[in-house]
Amino acid sequence: MFRTIAELVELCSTENKKISQIMIETESETSGKSQQEVIDMMERNLDVMKEAVERGIVEPDRSRSGLTGGDAVLLQTYMKEKEPLSGKLLLDAVSKSVATNEVNAKMGTICATPTAGACGIVPGTLFAVAPKLNADREQMVRYLFTAGAVGFVIANNAFISGAAGGCQAEVGSATGMAAAAIVEMAGGSAEQSAQAVAIALKNMLGLVCDPVAGLVEVPCVKRNAMGAANAMVAADMALAGIRSAIPTDEVIEAMYRIGCAMPNTLKETALGGLAATPTGRELERRIFGDA
Amino acid sequence: MKYRSVFDIIGPIMIGPSSSHTAGAARIGLLARNLFGNKPTRADILFYGSFAKTYKGHGTDIAIVGGILGFDTFDKRMTESLSIAKEQHVDITIRTSDDIPNHPNTARVTISDETKTVSVCGISIGGGKMEITEVDGFPVRITGDMPTLLVWHEDRYGLVAAVSEILAAHKINIGYMDMARKSRGAQALMVIETDQAASEVICQELCALSYINNVSSIAAL
Repeated sequence: MFRTIAELVELCSTENKKISQIMIETESETSGKSQQEVIDMMERNLDVMKEAVERGIVEPDRSRSGLTGGDAVLLQTYMKEKEPLSGKLLLDAVSKSVATNEVNAKMGTICATPTAGACGIVPGTLFAVAPKLNADREQMVRYLFTAGAVGFVIANNAFISGAAGGCQAEVGSATGMAAAAIVEMAGGSAEQSAQAVAIALKNMLGLVCDPVAGLVEVPCVKRNAMGAANAMVAADMALAGIRSAIPTDEVIEAMYRIGCAMPNTLKETALGGLAATPTGRELERRIFGDA
Repeated sequence: MKYRSVFDIIGPIMIGPSSSHTAGAARIGLLARNLFGNKPTRADILFYGSFAKTYKGHGTDIAIVGGILGFDTFDKRMTESLSIAKEQHVDITIRTSDDIPNHPNTARVTISDETKTVSVCGISIGGGKMEITEVDGFPVRITGDMPTLLVWHEDRYGLVAAVSEILAAHKINIGYMDMARKSRGAQALMVIETDQAASEVICQELCALSYINNVSSIAAL
């Protein structure tokens, strides 16, 4: 069992295994299920993610509140008609992240990764990167175990919910998880995955959770978009050999301390940040009335 | 460690939009339902904190009622749970409290029928995970991660040994055990997490012991 990213990387190195393999074996040991059973369970999650992405990139409907919906379709259309400045692969990851999070806002079926509010980033990047790398279904399932291993460490040493640690804990964790998984799928080392986590998470530190009207929609959908972009760039940086000056576990520890120091008004309470802007308040009144 | 499985991180499969406000709430409702044992005719739900402020927009009411009806987090009937409850003649009351809870996402669920009532307090701790912090006024900690046995009893010496002996005889391994009592010699509640689920036969054997008032065996969520 690993408790830190350093221990995880060390295990990969001494046993000459990938992060995904260590996670599969650990889950099998702690749950008493066979490795195949554990893999089958993850395949079910993969199928749900695929359905959400496929639904989100074609369905323009708005959510019940009317706050979000249709942005993934706009991005897909833009990518077909124009040459995106930031590159097709990056924008594909962004659009699929938005798609998943929009389906979530519509009370559709999603897989929490690690939470529902941040459910777009891991599948969004996965379904963009996998075709590019010609990854098969097994590699796609492994992507989820690698992401899960990183989330597992973050959840046990810091937090993964906006109410506990702000959006850095939610979208931030998902971004670090995705960055590590992209690196492994692209053939990078466990150490490079760890560096990608540090680079990605550092750029999410301090991110507050300030949902307008208290709903998981604004700014969540667009933060999932940027989380996906951040994960892609962090993965490329790590694959290029760039290292984080601050070790990954210390970045996670910093995220924890920042979350503890964050005022409650910025932890999913809708009392501060974007939720407390004049327009945020107006939208809240429009949805819930003055009560 | 707070999280024990990779599926706590990648998962649950759920109906959006919030793992805390919908999936966690649904699991509080489902655990209450499993503890109750059958479909209730009444459910009184009291929301605190963030649940109280945003339950309408998040569909927390829909989710918790879905759980009370026995739906899992990914059940597509979830979005229709309020009308399904009506069809099934389950009387639902939803209220909010201004009290400041220990955890921002707290719900109190009291479910009943003509013969019995169970009251639980649950917190949704993020990522779809929840903890039951109170059962019938007893402070507890039930996560739903493992099969759990609840034994309501009178506070007498030797009862813990008697209960664990029966479990041992049936080769049921205890992972975690906790006992809450309101005062010495009064009513008490044992919460026992086990590796294997306790069968109906085991529950009957436990119920037959002196000073045991009720036993409930709930599967892992």
